[in-house]
Amino acid sequence: MPTINITVNGTPQSINVAGDTPLLWVLRDHLNLVGTKFGCGIAQCGACTVHMDGNAVRSCSLPISSLDGKEITTIEGLSQNGDHPVQLAWKEVDVPQCGYCQAGQIMTASAFLGKNSSPDEEEIKTAMHGNICRCAAYSRILKAVALAASKMG
Amino acid sequence: MSKSAISFNRRDFIRTSSLASGGLLIGFNLFTACKPKVKPPIDISQLNFNDFNAYIKIADNGAVTIFAPNPEIGQGVKTAMPMLIAEELDVAWKNVYVQQGILDTENYTRQLAGGSQSIRLGWDPLRQTGATARQMLVNAAAARWGVDPSTCTTSEGVITNSQGETLGYGDVVKDAALLEVPENVTLKDYKDFKIIGTDAPNVDLDAIITGKPLFGLDYKVDGMVYAAVLRPPAFGQQLESFDDTAARAMPGVIDVIRIGEKAKQLTSGESNNWTVALANSDKVVVIAKTTWEALKAKEAIKAKWIENTPLESTEYQDKQLLGLLDGKKFETLRKDGDINKAFAQADQILERTYESPFLPHNCMEPMNYFANVTDEKIHLVGPVQTPEFAATAVAGMLGRDVKDVHLEMTRMGGGFGRRLYGDFVYEAAEISNAIKKPVKLIYSREDDMTAGTYRPAIKYRIKAAIKDGAVTAYYLKEAAINANMYGLIPNFFPAGAIDNYQVDVANYKSNITTGAWRAPYTNFLAFAEQSFFDELAETMEVDPIQLRLDLLQKVKGTTDQRIEYSPERLANVINVAVEKSGWGKKEAGIYQGFASYYCHNSHVAEVADVAIENGIPVVKKVTCVVDCGIVVNPLGAINQIEGGVIDGVGHAMYGDLEFLDGKPNSQNYDSYRLIRMKEVPIVETHMIKSDVAPTGLGEPTLPPAGAAVANALKAATGNRFTAQPFSKFPELMKVPEKSIIG
Repeated sequence: MPTINITVNGTPQSINVAGDTPLLWVLRDHLNLVGTKFGCGIAQCGACTVHMDGNAVRSCSLPISSLDGKEITTIEGLSQNGDHPVQLAWKEVDVPQCGYCQAGQIMTASAFLGKNSSPDEEEIKTAMHGNICRCAAYSRILKAVALAASKMG
Repeated sequence: MSKSAISFNRRDFIRTSSLASGGLLIGFNLFTACKPKVKPPIDISQLNFNDFNAYIKIADNGAVTIFAPNPEIGQGVKTAMPMLIAEELDVAWKNVYVQQGILDTENYTRQLAGGSQSIRLGWDPLRQTGATARQMLVNAAAARWGVDPSTCTTSEGVITNSQGETLGYGDVVKDAALLEVPENVTLKDYKDFKIIGTDAPNVDLDAIITGKPLFGLDYKVDGMVYAAVLRPPAFGQQLESFDDTAARAMPGVIDVIRIGEKAKQLTSGESNNWTVALANSDKVVVIAKTTWEALKAKEAIKAKWIENTPLESTEYQDKQLLGLLDGKKFETLRKDGDINKAFAQADQILERTYESPFLPHNCMEPMNYFANVTDEKIHLVGPVQTPEFAATAVAGMLGRDVKDVHLEMTRMGGGFGRRLYGDFVYEAAEISNAIKKPVKLIYSREDDMTAGTYRPAIKYRIKAAIKDGAVTAYYLKEAAINANMYGLIPNFFPAGAIDNYQVDVANYKSNITTGAWRAPYTNFLAFAEQSFFDELAETMEVDPIQLRLDLLQKVKGTTDQRIEYSPERLANVINVAVEKSGWGKKEAGIYQGFASYYCHNSHVAEVADVAIENGIPVVKKVTCVVDCGIVVNPLGAINQIEGGVIDGVGHAMYGDLEFLDGKPNSQNYDSYRLIRMKEVPIVETHMIKSDVAPTGLGEPTLPPAGAAVANALKAATGNRFTAQPFSKFPELMKVPEKSIIG
């Protein structure tokens, strides 16, 4: 089992697990970063979204063997003090109900706004369409992403 | 509602204060007043707390901790219930810290999340808890000053006497804890509320947005192993044998075991079919060092299943249910007048049948649970809506004293009723008992969707008689899988409004496990009835809203004690919805549909606006008017209302689960459709200002949403949807040419 070297939230990590282990479970079980959530395991719900080299990816469907040299950012590393504009907007709007999907929502939104800092409503909806919120806090997610965009813009 | 003069003794103080369900720990720290924007990093365990009662602890330095016991599933009780205590304790909400309490049947009752009842049932006891504690603190300060307690006032955790001298709660807490519990406490007048009725963000907001461990899935202890369970792939099958050779050779696998013997002990005392059925087969458990290794090795188990009961399919069950609607075997839940006579004399009779599918709950956090069974104790941790029931059942199953059980509740990634059922708790406990290790049981999404306690498929037939322009009879018949509507529901609207009224129910016992799903029964009954009223209005050629208001008029002043709803409050939300939605005054191209409903003690009216986009009807907006009495936390309430409406729209549009030979046709989100961002309507919320004690919000806005949409779709397309989900009938979504032009 070859060692995979990745950087997680700025810290280099040498990972020795079976190569088909999804990044999600490396984060949760091996690195004890449990902010990234398991929802479906087939990249359909977005609960496990993290950033890989700045892009939003589904960690449940990325085998660790494909990630050598990659830079990963999780919800725990999005900001030092929980003060990324998207996190601040989430607080201002009071988005969560159960809260389980929210790390994935925030990681999707922050990667999206990193590439498009002045989106219109349709662009936000399209960007967030892949993340399921079973509590259906969608109105507030939409509002918070728009608010974050205004903070970043 | 009593506002004053409530008698207590010490025992009552603890017992009554726990009537509301849920667990929390509230602490506020007076130091934060100096730096209002930043909460200092307080390690609550380092403070010297003095036990005050089951809910409240106050530290020497004034930091306060308040415990309350109910599970949080996203309904907001972890925020709203402490607000009730803090209001009467008279502390500043910004200084309040909240944590989940543990299961403690000595000191709390109804530690349960279900039925939208936590706030309603907690309203008086939780306020009394705060007020009684406040009075004891005042009494202690007054004794120290040698003054009459009635000359002292409190504000934000500080007691002031008539001379202007002050003492903080922390200064007098040790004295106060030794005092007799006052016999009478006075609760605040509603007009003096400082916390209740103000916006309080989710108390776990910071932890949620920074990814802190909060949920059952996040819970870990040293030496913990992971378990994945292979269950029968179809309802009706049971395990015969299995070959674990390949699984045992896989990395990380510690053991493979067979369980089921202990769970069979559960069946004796259980009447609910779900427990019996889920425990009805042995299961194969893979124990591994990590989650992935457990889930992967489970796939490598070669199991042989045998059929012990028939493998049922939706097509077969549909025939059974339709047969029940046509048949003569039923139970009558309510009977007023003589429907048969009224039907015989009717000018016109309208009859419709409405059909709903099974629905999985699909909590975003898949079922999971932690158990550590040792000779000394049974440690249970995780997401379950019924912790007391789970603890009792596990103790019984393992032949242990319930006092051996220590149960901690985690924040839940959704509940929706699925976590009322403790099958995953029993599995985890049986596994830990077998391997003598701390274990985390985890379901894959496929496990979660295939081992469900589904919303049962139900069919309703509704028949009304019209005579001389009035509705003279109403007959509702329910045919459901496994069980029928509970006894209060036949007394919801239109009970009392129609002289000849009857509700009959029948059920077909299936081996598919079913249970409560957000707003049990009403989640589809509201669709059936509120769709029917629209058809009735069309048949009678009257306005659909006026028809409802006229019926409600008949109920006003009723002496029928069984009637559950208030005709005045229901009529009021209807009238406000008419005004706020611009009913009948919308611009061209907007088609509106109306529904109103009473359930879970709250009254709701909704108007859906549908527009045609690219030839397809699209739900653009839902105006929702709610009367749930006093709104404790408007910020949280609006979130519940919006979520309930969108959940209702989403499942009416897309929610579907069929069975073929005992297997569900969807196992994950590649084929099971939940509503997503681009399909979400705007929800415009209006809450009726009220001085009536609060009622629930977790469920009541969901049931009418499907009917409001169906009625709007009828207006837009001319087509009537009588079955859900609507997406299953694309031919009915087609818009006639004239509508597109119009």
